[in-house]
Amino acid sequence: MILVWLIGLLMGGGLLAFLVGQWNKTLPRWISLYTLIIGIIALISFWIEHYEAINIGSMEPWLIDFQQDWIPSFGISFHLAIDGLSLLLLILTFFLGILAILCSWKEITEHHGFYHFNLLWILAGISGVFMAMDLFLFYFFWEIMLIPMYFLIGIWGSKNREYAAYKFFIFTQASGLLMFISILALYFTHAQSTGRYTFDYFALLGTVMAPQTAFWLMMGFMIAFAVKLPLVPFHTWLPDAHSEAPTAGSLILAGLLLKTGAYGILRFVLPLFPEVAKTFAPWAMLLGVIGIIYGAILAFSQTDLKRLIAYTSVSHMGFVILGIFAFNELALQGVVMQLLTHAISTGALFIMAGMLKERLHTRQLDEMGGLWFQMPKMGAIAVLFAMAALGLPGLGNFVAEFLILLGAFKSSVWLTVPATIGLIFSAIYSLRMIQKVFLGPIPETAPISDFSWREVFIMAVLTISIIWLGLYPQPIINTARPMINQIEHLFPTEFKNQTIK
Amino acid sequence: MTANDLSALMPLIVLAGSAVLIMLLIAMKFSHRSIQISSLMLFVLSFLAVFQLQKPLPYFIDPLFVIDDFSTFMTGLIIFSSLIVNIISYLYFEGKEESPKEYYVLLFLCTLGGCVLTVSNHFISLFLGLEVLTVGLYALIAYLRARYHNIEAGIKYLVLAAFSSAFLLFGMALIYFQLGTMNFSAMTVKLATVPSLPPLFLTGFGLMLIGIGFKLAVVPFHMWTADVYQGAPTPVTAFIATVSKGGVFAVLIRFFMAIDGFRFQALMLVLIAIAIASMIIGNLLALQQKNIKRLLAYSSIAHLGYLLVAFIPGNAMSIPAISFYLAAYFATTLTAFGIITILSGKENDMENINNYKALFWDHPVLACIFSTALLSLAGIPLTAGFIGKFYILSAGIKTGFWVLALVLVLSSVLGLYYYLRIITTLFSGQQSPSSQEKKVQPVFYLISSIVLSVLTLLILWVGIYPSGLMQLIEHFQIR
Repeated sequence: MILVWLIGLLMGGGLLAFLVGQWNKTLPRWISLYTLIIGIIALISFWIEHYEAINIGSMEPWLIDFQQDWIPSFGISFHLAIDGLSLLLLILTFFLGILAILCSWKEITEHHGFYHFNLLWILAGISGVFMAMDLFLFYFFWEIMLIPMYFLIGIWGSKNREYAAYKFFIFTQASGLLMFISILALYFTHAQSTGRYTFDYFALLGTVMAPQTAFWLMMGFMIAFAVKLPLVPFHTWLPDAHSEAPTAGSLILAGLLLKTGAYGILRFVLPLFPEVAKTFAPWAMLLGVIGIIYGAILAFSQTDLKRLIAYTSVSHMGFVILGIFAFNELALQGVVMQLLTHAISTGALFIMAGMLKERLHTRQLDEMGGLWFQMPKMGAIAVLFAMAALGLPGLGNFVAEFLILLGAFKSSVWLTVPATIGLIFSAIYSLRMIQKVFLGPIPETAPISDFSWREVFIMAVLTISIIWLGLYPQPIINTARPMINQIEHLFPTEFKNQTIK
Repeated sequence: MTANDLSALMPLIVLAGSAVLIMLLIAMKFSHRSIQISSLMLFVLSFLAVFQLQKPLPYFIDPLFVIDDFSTFMTGLIIFSSLIVNIISYLYFEGKEESPKEYYVLLFLCTLGGCVLTVSNHFISLFLGLEVLTVGLYALIAYLRARYHNIEAGIKYLVLAAFSSAFLLFGMALIYFQLGTMNFSAMTVKLATVPSLPPLFLTGFGLMLIGIGFKLAVVPFHMWTADVYQGAPTPVTAFIATVSKGGVFAVLIRFFMAIDGFRFQALMLVLIAIAIASMIIGNLLALQQKNIKRLLAYSSIAHLGYLLVAFIPGNAMSIPAISFYLAAYFATTLTAFGIITILSGKENDMENINNYKALFWDHPVLACIFSTALLSLAGIPLTAGFIGKFYILSAGIKTGFWVLALVLVLSSVLGLYYYLRIITTLFSGQQSPSSQEKKVQPVFYLISSIVLSVLTLLILWVGIYPSGLMQLIEHFQIR
């Protein structure tokens, strides 16, 4: 029931903020903030409550389950359930949600009510995606998060916002509809073989179908997730959307929306189509590696700070694909870590880009430089997160990328080698970013203020989390383990052979 | 005619009687307001008459009519739409140069024509219903006869509709010549044993399809749509988009099911081609429109294409899917045109997309209603349009019409672009400082807004909790 409450809380909070926003300008953000704080407290206490059970290492991955009929004539039910992975991502959702509210505290100057309505409804859609165990419901939430995101970019974005908003929406919607066709086809295929019409995830697992059918159905799912992730040929919406969105929008895009793609592959593509996924794996890994390198090269050549950070996401998400299709526990644990650490490190970078934009009114790297002397606090934090992005040991991203590479090495040596080179590239673009923004000659500008207390708080929270993830990732690994074990069981023989080789 | 027959035809009789009654009221020089309100009452009465139909259905009134679940549903839907059109009409016609009273007589006659189409089981009733509908529409479209666009639209519609009726009649004649009957049920019997279609029948059916295609405005018979939609008074446009198309579609389904056209591959190929062309061309033409009425005209072409996707498989899911989609589409279209009507001024309709800038900041409620309607047309979750599209895709995929499903999906992405364009316009720009102009008719403005809000809530309700409507239509079958 807590799951339904969480979604209801977000949607209700959003509506309330919208209504109150007609009369009052500051109340909507307080309402949203309290909504999210209540949510995260509920989730964390839930985590602590169940942590014992998780730690014992029981094989039952599902922590809580809620099911109720919705459209019975089609076999659609309102079925929510979470396991360790969903729980982690949910906590991440609420965590970044709070930061998104805080970092748009001053940035948003008009239409407060509608802004916070959109923000909370995006989070509601994302939470729904992480919980839904009915494919129809999953698609439902998948679409619900798009419209408010479209508004967020289209209304509060910067100059080229309408183009970016269209592009984001049409890319994701088109690919989502292809997935919807796949879902429907899966539904009818399942009904043909069993005579039972249902969209339920657990019932559809292990549907018997011809390899040809399975391949096309998997491609339908895969395209939707690859666009969201984004995997390389489908990434072109991302730099535009990220750079034009307001800070909170970029934060949620990079921190959460991209994660829904990875989550979708882990939750749906691998368990529903294990055989085809196995044959498709080398290609996916190849695309992942291309993404790592291509993203890094493009990030290096950007002159716009937000676009630069956006391309680093492409590069980091390449690691995620590489890890997922390696199909072993090490790599998959790395993937889960990467989802969390990337959200935090890239989120922090986007927030700082937003703060710089508020102060300098530009995103161009050429117009910055020498800022360290005026804002040493921000400089120090920026260096920390740049180090995190390039994978410095002691910070979360190192654990993630190291585990992924270790796991991927087991399943494909030749693809892992170039992927490792990607780490060097990431060092190059991160250092270039620091060099361009904080070092170099001091331009003659009006004095710029350093962090305010609100900004110090945001950055402190992010810093603590990234260091915690880097030094003591065990709780995360324990929580995700049951789910990862299940996936590993789907792909047993393959890497045993390969490890023997 | 027995008492049972009378009771089965009661909605039609009430509609016909209302037309006469309103005419008498006009002769007695009642005011616009009292005529509007009495016609509203009469619409409500005829809508209630739909509910008193006795089971068991289907009920045949030989040889002309058949009353079954589907026809009852469609009759209800059509009368309901006319009722909404009637409500929003007052605001539109009050203060216009023409005397608005005769408008209501014509509205009743057109509705009657649409309802006759849904229950007809015979070429004669089909043609009578269609002509009552069309002839009434000639006058309705050109109602504001001093205006350039209205006259243009009226003449265009007159010429093309008369032309297509001729095609229809010739087709019917050929089919009658081949089969010796004009009753659908009798045709079923005669065609049951035929392995391939007789050539004369095929020719006749082709001609009929041209006639029907014109009325439905599917590609390649769509040329008149945009001009007529733009030229007609906005409530009439809403009427054409819903009642006229719904009625014709209902009779097309009934006829096609009667001759079981799904057996014949040539026919299906023609329909598939029409569906694909309508979806793609309708959406493509809508992309660049600056005029909202024209834009909605082209989008209606695409929506007819979507409906054909559910129709072509001809499986158990087709009729429910079509019923659901039509219900959702009617509610949505009425809402969208209702907003345009409410916002229209005395001299000009609010049809240019630029007029809608910053509507959200000036009239938040109306803008929310309009956005919901557009999102429902685009098929976004939480709205009825999404469930409708889901239903249609299910019907298509169930029988393996992959190409149709893919075209539907890809062309609706195109559709999304122009719906989003309108929505973006609603939210762009700044609040205008002097937005609080006085409304001429505050009471009717309020009533219309409330009706549209209720329709919007209905769209959302069906989008979130569609089980109720689904249970009602789940078992609709023709025969």
